[in-house]
Amino acid sequence: MAKQHVVVVGGGLAGLAATMKLAEAGVHVYLISMVPVKRSHSVCAQGGINSVNDLTRQQGDTEWLHFDDTVYGGDFLQHQPPVKEMCDWAPKVLDLLDRMGVPFNRTAEGLRDQRRFGGTLYKRTAFAGATTGQQMLYALDEQVRRWEAEGRVEKFEYWDFLGPIVDAKGQCRGVVAQDMFSMGMRPFAADATILATGGCGLVFGRSTMSMICTGGAAARAHRVGVHYANGEFIQVHPTAIPGTDKLRLMSESARGEGGRVWVPRKPQDSRDPLSIPASERYYFLEERYPTYGNLVPRDIATREIFDVCITQGLSVEAGRQCVYLDVTELAAETQKKLDGILEIYEKFQGVDPRVVPMKIFPAVHYSMGGLWVDYERNDATGGLVLGSPRNQHSNVPGLFVIGEADYQYHGGNRLGANSLLSCVFSGLIVAPTVENWLKSLPGRSADDQPVSLFDEAVKPHKNRQDELIHNPGTENPYKLHEELGDTMTCNVTVVRQNQQIESTLTKIEELSDRYRNVAISDKSLWTNQNLSFTRALGDMILMARVVAQGALQRDECRGAHFKPDFQIPPPDTDDPAGLRRQAERWCKAFKEQNEKWLMTTVARYTPDGPRFSYEKVDTSLIPPRPRTYGLKGAEIIEEVWRGMTKSSEKAKAGAGS
Amino acid sequence: MSKNFTVKILRQQTQHAGSQWETFRVDYEDGMNITTVLQRIAADPVTVEKKETTPVAYDACCLEEVCGACTMVINGRVRQACSALVDGLLEESPTGIELRPMTKFPVVRDLVVNRRAMFESLKKVKAWVRVDGYYDLGPGPRVSQSTQEEAYPLSRCMTCGCCVEACPQFNDHSSFIGPAAISQVILFNAHPTGATEGGARLDVLTSDGGIADCGNSQNCVKVCPKDIPLTDSIAKAGRDATLHKIRQWFGR
Repeated sequence: MAKQHVVVVGGGLAGLAATMKLAEAGVHVYLISMVPVKRSHSVCAQGGINSVNDLTRQQGDTEWLHFDDTVYGGDFLQHQPPVKEMCDWAPKVLDLLDRMGVPFNRTAEGLRDQRRFGGTLYKRTAFAGATTGQQMLYALDEQVRRWEAEGRVEKFEYWDFLGPIVDAKGQCRGVVAQDMFSMGMRPFAADATILATGGCGLVFGRSTMSMICTGGAAARAHRVGVHYANGEFIQVHPTAIPGTDKLRLMSESARGEGGRVWVPRKPQDSRDPLSIPASERYYFLEERYPTYGNLVPRDIATREIFDVCITQGLSVEAGRQCVYLDVTELAAETQKKLDGILEIYEKFQGVDPRVVPMKIFPAVHYSMGGLWVDYERNDATGGLVLGSPRNQHSNVPGLFVIGEADYQYHGGNRLGANSLLSCVFSGLIVAPTVENWLKSLPGRSADDQPVSLFDEAVKPHKNRQDELIHNPGTENPYKLHEELGDTMTCNVTVVRQNQQIESTLTKIEELSDRYRNVAISDKSLWTNQNLSFTRALGDMILMARVVAQGALQRDECRGAHFKPDFQIPPPDTDDPAGLRRQAERWCKAFKEQNEKWLMTTVARYTPDGPRFSYEKVDTSLIPPRPRTYGLKGAEIIEEVWRGMTKSSEKAKAGAGS
Repeated sequence: MSKNFTVKILRQQTQHAGSQWETFRVDYEDGMNITTVLQRIAADPVTVEKKETTPVAYDACCLEEVCGACTMVINGRVRQACSALVDGLLEESPTGIELRPMTKFPVVRDLVVNRRAMFESLKKVKAWVRVDGYYDLGPGPRVSQSTQEEAYPLSRCMTCGCCVEACPQFNDHSSFIGPAAISQVILFNAHPTGATEGGARLDVLTSDGGIADCGNSQNCVKVCPKDIPLTDSIAKAGRDATLHKIRQWFGR
């Protein structure tokens, strides 16, 4: 049998973790990336990585509570076994990163320091200054470079993934990719293909994501049959710096270290913010959410900032929407821990945030949804069967998906500092899975497949490229992208109304038609970025449809998906008996909502647009319960809900005996 | 009438083609940076002479100066295009902005250069911590706050190439490895586990193209976007390399 190969597409945290772990096991890896892997989007992750640790453990924290916070924060939309496994592994992941030299901040005693992040009451987040993602990526990049020097990893940087190669039986046999300098295309025969290609923020025009986060790779896999799940769940980060080319993230760690969000009580108060007395400042998150304060989960903070600016007209500025994020009151040594992000603000805004409150506004940040993947549940632990070939395996045999590109870990809303964990974790666990998959392949490796399979796989991409270059069109791809971003940002982000989403779908239809008439101004076949971008634009239009159509169909509020028309009316009375009645009504509606919508959205590609089906979510470990952050009568709702679930369990037990 | 300004860009079709200047007029926007300028030109690639041309090729990724991709020479100074704000550039040079590719690397096209040599240098100096493996083997070594505070700034190097672009010793006629790689030697030699390969790293620095080739111009530290104390690293590497050689003479 010829030698087996694995292709990893994408060299961010997930792709690098998978690559190094496979290389350690002696597997030969082709690592393909659009950019030198050291420049991957993971560098933008700022705040940190979550894990139960020695300190929080003694305050009552456990892996189970990390798991609970994650599924509660995610509004119970994730299958629970993979999430449980991830939280159980978190301390091990931290130790490994520590051993590889990630310069985590230290306590006086030399231990890893931790800060608090959103959606939890524990200080679970380890960090390296305010550039934790960058530091973790570098550690993994260094490990992979070591394997590259030893010949186990071959890197193809500045190569664009064009699509998986799927044989007649529907099995993935590798990928086709294009050298972005010479524009030459070639097949990579592989026995397993791992996509670690990140999120799709550019579908929204400007976001906190990097230029490469188009969702192009996911769309190219989707087109040949890989299902896309929970596409409508897009995280909008509460705090970003508005910009002309990008909305730059201002990490949650600013609030984790004590930064406070506020607006002047007097609309557009023109005074110097520092001269406005505390009594005339509206610390709206602290007032509305006394328990979590500025560290409520992201979807909630985002909606509150929207509400304050748009509904209440309290934006700091008249001409544009923004609120203050204030770190000026923090001690100098605390500010120092935030240097990495405060520098970004200073560099791009020309104002020192250590002395002047920052002006920020929400921005599209993370794709909770992604390519559909499977897992195998371990009934003894409630977690995963490690090494099972089903883990991280898409519906196309031989094609695995990890990192932000998969849909598995964050449900309806991701908690801060859980993404670095899910990326490294899924990268680490996919390695034994792929090893076992390789062992299970009968006799022949991808190298033994007929050459024609690979030659034929390149042809459609060549034809498509010729068509694009010679298209006698008039539409400007950059302008089409701007229009796509505008309609998606306006109508399919924080507050969603069906009528507006429908108008966006009509717009996407129009853009899709106009895309057929797109003109490429650069006809050359050397480092043609115009061509690469235009190809990705077609993919973004496809992704936009999956996101918008999914959002239209889901008539409920869950996590980041907020449709006021379908919100269960929150209790509002002060009368105790009335409040209880309202709470009962609320819980009944909540139960019905879960029966209908506690489902994974699964989009299947068809040439006429996505077809949707809904899959039941495994909530066998932690029964779903109302997410009551800031809700009036929260305690009564929780009590009523506990009563309702107890009696239904009793009924079930009774029926079973 | 909206305010606009001119941008002169040194362009080159392919690796081996000659280069020529093209000038564009761009409408001013508040808070605009050079990557926005390049995006606007891509959307409407017409020169001031009304000649239709192609979008300018350039590298860019994170747009917040943590990935190092968009490094180029802007108004004669090497820096990242994303954090180069038009306001400041027009103050430096009111007649217009000038962009050209870095000069120490082969040009691929327009403003895109091939910095592969820098990543190869990282391989040469074994810029990694050689761990026993990726299984769960307990926590890493304890690290004091002061050690972390020395390591973190060095670890923020994006391999962007500013330091070697500014370094007079890094050129076609020399094999000098450059400040970035030397600083990485200091980073990994200071790590308790990284230090196990410290001798091999110093061997690289004491051979051809090593520390002796530094001409001490101190340009590197002035252009580093992350304020990495490169000259401190070089001074320390010089001392460590000398001691390393002496130890080798005396058979350890």
